[in-house]
Amino acid sequence: MRQYANVFTAYTIMIILIILVGIFQSWSVALTILNFCLVSAVMTMGANIQWGYAGLINFGIMGYTALGGLAAVLISVAPVQEAWAVGGLDMIICVGIIIGMVFSIRYVLKKIQKSKKRNYIIAAIIIFGLILLRVIAGPATEHIEAVDPARTGFLGGLGMPILFSWIVGAFFAAGLAYIVGKVALGLRADYLAIATLLISEIVIAIIKHEDWLSRGVKNVIGLNRPVPYEVDLQSSPWFIDLVEKFHSGKLELINSLTERQDLLNQLVIEASSVYVKLCLAGLFLVVVIILLIITQKALYSPWGRMMRAIRDNDEAANAMGKNVVKEHLLIFILGSAVVGIAGAMMVTHDGLFTPGSYRPMRYTFLIWVMVIVGGSGNNFGAILGGFVVWFLWVEAAPIALFLINFFTSHLPETNALKIHLINSAPYFRFLTMGIGLLLIMRYRPRGILPEKIIKQ
Amino acid sequence: MDFINAIILLLNYIVVPALSYGSQLALGAIFVTLIYGILRFANFATGDMMAFGTMFSVLLTWYFQSKGIGLGVLPTALLTIPFSIIMMILYMLIIDKLVFRYYRIKKSPPVQLAMVSIGVLFVTQAIVRIIIGPFDRRFLDGEKFILKAIEFKEMTGLNEGLTIKTTQVITIVVTVIVVSLLFWFLNKTRTGKSMRAYSDNEDLALLSGIDPNRVVMITWMIAGVLATIGGVLYGLDKSFKPFVYFNNMLPIFAAAIVGGIGNPFGAFLGGYVIAFAEIFITYAYKKFFMYLLPESLEPDSLMQLLSTDYKFAVSFSILVIVLLFRPTGIFKGKVL
Repeated sequence: MRQYANVFTAYTIMIILIILVGIFQSWSVALTILNFCLVSAVMTMGANIQWGYAGLINFGIMGYTALGGLAAVLISVAPVQEAWAVGGLDMIICVGIIIGMVFSIRYVLKKIQKSKKRNYIIAAIIIFGLILLRVIAGPATEHIEAVDPARTGFLGGLGMPILFSWIVGAFFAAGLAYIVGKVALGLRADYLAIATLLISEIVIAIIKHEDWLSRGVKNVIGLNRPVPYEVDLQSSPWFIDLVEKFHSGKLELINSLTERQDLLNQLVIEASSVYVKLCLAGLFLVVVIILLIITQKALYSPWGRMMRAIRDNDEAANAMGKNVVKEHLLIFILGSAVVGIAGAMMVTHDGLFTPGSYRPMRYTFLIWVMVIVGGSGNNFGAILGGFVVWFLWVEAAPIALFLINFFTSHLPETNALKIHLINSAPYFRFLTMGIGLLLIMRYRPRGILPEKIIKQ
Repeated sequence: MDFINAIILLLNYIVVPALSYGSQLALGAIFVTLIYGILRFANFATGDMMAFGTMFSVLLTWYFQSKGIGLGVLPTALLTIPFSIIMMILYMLIIDKLVFRYYRIKKSPPVQLAMVSIGVLFVTQAIVRIIIGPFDRRFLDGEKFILKAIEFKEMTGLNEGLTIKTTQVITIVVTVIVVSLLFWFLNKTRTGKSMRAYSDNEDLALLSGIDPNRVVMITWMIAGVLATIGGVLYGLDKSFKPFVYFNNMLPIFAAAIVGGIGNPFGAFLGGYVIAFAEIFITYAYKKFFMYLLPESLEPDSLMQLLSTDYKFAVSFSILVIVLLFRPTGIFKGKVL
């Protein structure tokens, strides 16, 4: 039991911190933080599977997150019939052409010996395919994007419940990870880091600029939700009754009927947003717990031991007959799929998909800070890292503002330095992250909750 | 005549911009490569370190402008470069002492140093944004153009104009000077040779009495010079915005790896390869073909291989292709 004492203390402190935010700021803010902590936890679990279990460095987390988000759009948005009518067929043909290109190249690679001739044939297939794609896809995308460009201008999705996208997002991310893994996993660690970072930028560039797919930087808003809408809640009697019961003490203190009604209305509005966020938090928590159980089981299974063996000494593992290349690819795909789930969850939470907001600072490097700070190789550590770092990331600015005001309280309001510092309070979050990461790496290099090996 | 027009068109829209952009990338790429060759890690704080140096240049330019000090037709920023370089080197040496030194002595794996550099990236970014803010700053003054399109048209009587900005010429001239000085230093001086020896084989270099601390210090100093000059030139040519500098890290990495990481000459050429590829592939050749082809054959479309949105994606794709088929880069890397 003692080995779990650390874990227990760390999580208790974290929950108390979030409750404190609820008391001092507002419950809505606290629940938003909690939700994003849970999403971050899923992301760090994905990164932890790759880095902590297998020592694979993946700086492309942003790309997989965005693909998860894309899945949310493609699953939940209703199909745009007009767009399908003008360009749908052409787009399907294009997909067919791409598949045909891939298979013909594979065929050539298999059938013809390595030679100049083979290279020329492959180059010819690629160039011919690209020209064909341009000829067919060019007009089709123009037509699709011309369909009511202010509202749609894209093919739309399948019109299914958005919860399905959590699984589909995982498959999208896994698909990308398969390609990236096939291409890049043979590289040395730091090359792999750079390659994955750049590939994720390519993915973002494509999502941003292929408007027919997901409206690009014009964003998709108003995605459907797995939880009730605030407006519906505010008009449903059972919810108002519930709020009334919950706050009955407070309401009875007021005598005037109209004032009581006003207060009740206000409470209902507040409670509806809290209720929605609680529902989301419940869904996210289910995902986190399921993933935690699976990853814990995997970590202490023979497979997990093999992964650690490969991480610590891949040559020895290879000599023992383990297929290092295959296992690396597998774990790269699994980790990325988990990140894909997180991407879909995030878009579900926001209800909108904004490709322009995917930036490596927020979606790649911050997640890595979470993994390192929390403790790589330990699932509880990774989740805790997600919680701690996201909490600091959000709360660093208010804390910095408070400290600035405190230390400059003797200065007049018009002091240039004071105004400058107050204006730059949001950037103290970068400072906090950086210094936090550097300190942890220096003095506790295995993270807050280090990996522990249970001897069997 | 049409043929000359077509050539001028390409010169104006591809060659001149690509040369100056390539020079800026080249300086950054040599910075990355030096750090990689001697300190043996991929420095993810590259872009933000460049922003740090440029920030001082911007601040000093404002100060000099308020005092009425300037260089006439040349931008005042050139005058501020030496001071910015000193600040940049100081910052780098402090960071090295506080952060990187510990891991170097412990002989940590390169991946760990790369992680540490992410911490430095966060800190540097915060410092830059706290001091100067995240906004777009232009600090170019003096004469803006050396050759304007209209003047060129009048001079030659051609249809196409050729514009040459002062910053483009300054960029290319300064880059050539800095890079030739660097190569002279690395190849001819004793210190430079000791750096190359250290990069080639650390243990052997230590055995022959090369002081590692000195090598590392000089590396950071050269890196500071390159980072500041590269950053200021980019800022003069475009504008200074911290976020853009962070993003520039990516094509810079691409340039360094394409050229063969650890090889300064490769990095130098890699910068131009990336710049030319980006601009060649995303340029719309419609007008070019209009000059060359008879009227009946004139193209309807823009004749663009890829839309300009994919500018960055081009350089990354080149990098991925190079990594796949020749992981050591065009020129074999790993040794200075």
